[in-house]
Amino acid sequence: MWYLCVFYHRLLEFRKPEFESLAGLFDDDYTVEWRLPDGYHPDSPFHFVNLPSEELARSIANRSILLKGIYELWGEGCNFEELEEAISKYPEDRKLPYLSHGSTFKITVDSFGKVFSSHEQSDRLQKLSFIPFKGRVNLRNPDHKFCLIDNNDYGSGNGLPPIVERRIFFGREIATSHRKVVRKYQLKSRKYLGPTAMDAEMAFLMANQAQVKSGKLVYDPFVGTGSILISAAHFGATTMGADIDIRVVRDGRGPDCNVWSNFEQYGLPPPVALLRADNNLPPWRSGLKEVLDAIICDPPYGVRAGGRKSGGRKLLKGTVDPYTVPEEKRRDHIPSTAPYSLAECVHDLLDVAGRMLVMGGRLVYFYPVVAKDEEEAVVFPCHPCFEVIAKCEQILSYRYSRVLVTMVKVRAYREEMEIAGRMKRLDLKENHLKWMEEAGSLHSAVFSPDMQATTTPAGDEKCSQKPKYRGKYV
Amino acid sequence: MRLITHNMLSSNIKGVSNGFPLRIEAAKVVEKAVDFNPDFLKNMFSKIEWNALVEASRTLGYSDLPENSDPSMLDSDAFLRSFHHALLELHLEEGALVCPETGRKFPVSKGIPNMLLHEDEV
Repeated sequence: MWYLCVFYHRLLEFRKPEFESLAGLFDDDYTVEWRLPDGYHPDSPFHFVNLPSEELARSIANRSILLKGIYELWGEGCNFEELEEAISKYPEDRKLPYLSHGSTFKITVDSFGKVFSSHEQSDRLQKLSFIPFKGRVNLRNPDHKFCLIDNNDYGSGNGLPPIVERRIFFGREIATSHRKVVRKYQLKSRKYLGPTAMDAEMAFLMANQAQVKSGKLVYDPFVGTGSILISAAHFGATTMGADIDIRVVRDGRGPDCNVWSNFEQYGLPPPVALLRADNNLPPWRSGLKEVLDAIICDPPYGVRAGGRKSGGRKLLKGTVDPYTVPEEKRRDHIPSTAPYSLAECVHDLLDVAGRMLVMGGRLVYFYPVVAKDEEEAVVFPCHPCFEVIAKCEQILSYRYSRVLVTMVKVRAYREEMEIAGRMKRLDLKENHLKWMEEAGSLHSAVFSPDMQATTTPAGDEKCSQKPKYRGKYV
Repeated sequence: MRLITHNMLSSNIKGVSNGFPLRIEAAKVVEKAVDFNPDFLKNMFSKIEWNALVEASRTLGYSDLPENSDPSMLDSDAFLRSFHHALLELHLEEGALVCPETGRKFPVSKGIPNMLLHEDEV
């Protein structure tokens, strides 16, 4: 059956993948079918979706961050006459149970890009009098909720092209989103934060992309202050994290302000494991395979924070001999670390994920992308174990965005992949400096002064480089 | 550090061929209650090196785990409870993990094992 989905108008590329991941989580052999309302722009918040049951629709909505609500559409039209005709044609047996005596109901009047005054709202409600409601109105706690969406004019400022034709939808609300968690877990009220703590909305989207649920084991190899694992723990997963910076994972800012206290703050079960380890040389035993259900992370890619790996001085090839730690200093020796290039970091991540994820397990991570002048295709990392499910771009500045990549493990990790991985690692080590330069170029692409902006006069030019609709908050 | 972590870790020093299981030197052991989740335990069971878990739990002073295990035991609530306790509730708060081959100590402090290698071990 087709339902009307109303999304929040943010993170446009994340909305359908989130919905699809959640559909897969609750019903793994169902493929989601989409349809746009007549004349609507693909980036608009209104979409029709075909789902096998209302129960599935409810489950999805109740975990979704970007879905505002999902409705059983009773009718739609360009004006109220058409709407009336459509609703009267809608099967009686689908309507009557919700209109009965003794029940209570509420109708919300909504639009996109503008707010109706109470007068405009009641005016529209009057026009719905042809629907034979027999119950009483209850605005606080109704049995049944309905929604009238009247889109005539998007207003300005949302970036979408103007609406072609007025469209009115009327439907019964099935469920609304799980968005309250964004407020509950917002970073500004969190005790222990680092400079790259993942904001709550994105952390929850990542957990949804990873299809996290109770009984699953989720790992973040760049755990930092635990901001991503908090969302996974909220959905009931057992969590594990590692980081190369021991001060962040072990000490935090004291006994009451550290990764553990962040979980405590929300009454969540703490991670079952936190350790200091290097993603470049993971300390897992050799027989350990297919143990994790998901890996979710935000790898350090040298824009706001650079990655580190062990074995520092060795990498300064030829200038200094490998440093040998004297016996008497071994106990409290603090090993030096070397910068970790993005290419190497992502390669190691995919290799670890290939080995450690169960079949069907998901790898969800951010990958940086620099906006190119021409439509040059971005090359994303790949691995024979994985298929890419979704790539969702979050635009951070007009020169730079990050893409949330969701991969699913479809093939077992075999010996030849391990060998190929080792070869690649040697190659990356050999060309360490070259890859570091590349990472440096990403940093300068993001932060260097913008020559173009000073030579071209207006903002129009900039927009044409990246023809995407970015509403105010998108 | 819980024993689930111990069961996954090995010494990855260059040249070490068998770095598992790491010997535990316990200076401070604490118990922390964890919600009992049978699904998670059943999910993990096949991935655990049983002998290493039994040995490690004895080092931390818990000896209720049977010497041998097989999947049929997962039907027993008593077994699940002791598996749960050994795997998730025993914590090595202070101490060290010792590489069985080289004797290198990986310190565990405030419950966090430090698995980072020195420059000449990479």
